[in-house]
Amino acid sequence: MSAREEILAAVRGALAGADRADTPVPRAYRDAPPPADVVGLFVERAADYRAHVVRCAEADVPAAVASALGGLTRVLVPPGFPYPLPIPVDAGESTAELDRVDAVVTTAALAIATTGTLVLDHTDGQGRRALTLLPDTHLCLVRTDRVVPDVPAAIAALDPRRPQTWISGPSATSDIELNRVEGVHGPRNLHILVVG
Amino acid sequence: MSGTFLGMPPFPTAARAALADSQLRHNLAHATGTIRGKRAGVVAEVDDWEQLRLAGAAIKDNALRSLDETLLRLEESLQDNGVTVHWARDAAEACSIVASIARGHGVDEVVKVKSMATQEIGLNEALAEHGIAAWETDLAELIVQLGDDLPSHILVPAIHRNRAEIRELFRDKMGSVGMPAPEGLSDEPAELAAAARRHLREKFLRAKVAVSGANFAVADSGTLVVVESEGNGRMCLTLPEVLISVVGIEKVVPTWSDLDVFFQLLPRSSTGERMNPYTSTWSGVTPGDGPQEMHVVLLDNGRTRVLADEVGRQALRCIRCSACLNVCPVYERTGGHAYGSVYPGPIGAILNPLMKGVGEDAQTDSLPYASTLCGACFEVCPVRIDIPEVLVHLRSRVVDAHRSGPPSAEALAMRTAGWLFGDARRLAAAEGASRLASRLGRRVLPGGRRALGWLPWPGSLWTGARDLPAPPRRSFRNWWKDRR
Repeated sequence: MSAREEILAAVRGALAGADRADTPVPRAYRDAPPPADVVGLFVERAADYRAHVVRCAEADVPAAVASALGGLTRVLVPPGFPYPLPIPVDAGESTAELDRVDAVVTTAALAIATTGTLVLDHTDGQGRRALTLLPDTHLCLVRTDRVVPDVPAAIAALDPRRPQTWISGPSATSDIELNRVEGVHGPRNLHILVVG
Repeated sequence: MSGTFLGMPPFPTAARAALADSQLRHNLAHATGTIRGKRAGVVAEVDDWEQLRLAGAAIKDNALRSLDETLLRLEESLQDNGVTVHWARDAAEACSIVASIARGHGVDEVVKVKSMATQEIGLNEALAEHGIAAWETDLAELIVQLGDDLPSHILVPAIHRNRAEIRELFRDKMGSVGMPAPEGLSDEPAELAAAARRHLREKFLRAKVAVSGANFAVADSGTLVVVESEGNGRMCLTLPEVLISVVGIEKVVPTWSDLDVFFQLLPRSSTGERMNPYTSTWSGVTPGDGPQEMHVVLLDNGRTRVLADEVGRQALRCIRCSACLNVCPVYERTGGHAYGSVYPGPIGAILNPLMKGVGEDAQTDSLPYASTLCGACFEVCPVRIDIPEVLVHLRSRVVDAHRSGPPSAEALAMRTAGWLFGDARRLAAAEGASRLASRLGRRVLPGGRRALGWLPWPGSLWTGARDLPAPPRRSFRNWWKDRR
């Protein structure tokens, strides 16, 4: 018997005589009233995780991006990035080349207020996964109408067939004496521009 | 290469050595105290935490109760997404599948995302036998691997090490396996993290094959999920050409929407954060983005044995958050090594006997007793595993497994007590003896009651680790007789 057959047979044997009817799953948590100021809460919670968060109007995006990037020179945006900025577009640079890039500027699929989380589903404007991983600075633009209240709202809005990266603050570790330290393998600087 | 748990002594023996290590106790008390406070804070922020726990338990139960069908759905979805699915009955089979895929690509190294399943099956040691180096990339796992040490916590395997010990390790060992630690490395956690970043970056950039586990596997969409903090997981899941994920069969959840419960329960219970820094989800191969060849190894290795235990099967709900370790008064004092397994603490005390079976070896049989049954673990468990209930159930199974052999000292003591209590005259004589013993009580317990600090053998088996309250000067029967 193959491993597959044997494991499935063992599962069926283990469940012989068990009541197989589903337990109802309480789902009232999905109907929790949204926070009064969803965008404000997102800004506060993202900053809690030591992300640098700035709010700006649509028209001020170029200036806000320039200010957030400071003096960084080797910067990329992904294909399909919606704002006209004087920044070159990722043309499929190799991993080694990406490792020499200082910063990347992208959009996000959505943002979650209660947890201060950005979610990228790596469609147009967000880039392939390596693009937002290797450079040490990630500047992410999220429009106010893309901020959802909580995790259930985010899960409901996202398509599982897309690869996703959920980002809550810069790379961090608690592995030394359980003290949180920002900055391990992922981008050590996370800037968020909340637009609108 | 890292150490092995094989040949560990039973819990009481191992615990005695751990308790004598004051550095270890200091490190553990500090670390578990910190994380307990953080968890309590972020759990209190959630209005419907108890309902989330009930939802988490129900979702897992539903997946487990139809596990055969759920697994077949998962297999089909994975295959539709371009993933090759393998099944492994046990550790050896899983290791040989991973080794043969790696060898098929001609590599002599793989990078690894922290994964309990691959720890459990001893994958690193098995790959080493095939001449393949497995680099752990989680900071705590790196510390354990460089120190040829054993993990002592599910979430933070190096919780038993403090910053000074870690600096020594980085200075002494990093250079022999790659980029050395920088000159003048201090014991500041930020500097230590930066040294790990430099050390591992070259390994991430050149790796062809990565090995991961998965926190969740979604049956309907064939999605795998890895929850992490450092970005080492993203590196391994994104940069290599080939990704092999070893997934315990209990990791399956029915639908994508079920994740809206677990993405709330897990980070708050685990690291005490509203959300962990990074979560990656992927549903097979994405052209032009990430690994273009993917394998999933579905692992049994004792899980169907757990499923067959009607009381114990709730342990398969476990999402490996480690909240039960951080609140356990026993774990806080003995640390994880005393449990002799990659699964320490309260969850390890039930998972190991359930997966391996009782009555086979003394070490496993000792684990259900490594608890005061205080119930703190059940209270914090995000999927409501009633660990005390399972511990008591397993104690009865351990006793049953030893019924045929020669009686234990405990069984003899119980039999003697039964004989004494079974007859009024014998009991009166015993009460006379205990009146004598009441005068020997020299130590005073909190609350003022006197205690016998020490008894001669075989009583020393009891008093070696516990205070025995001194018997009262008068027995109840004696007092009652005088009142009439």
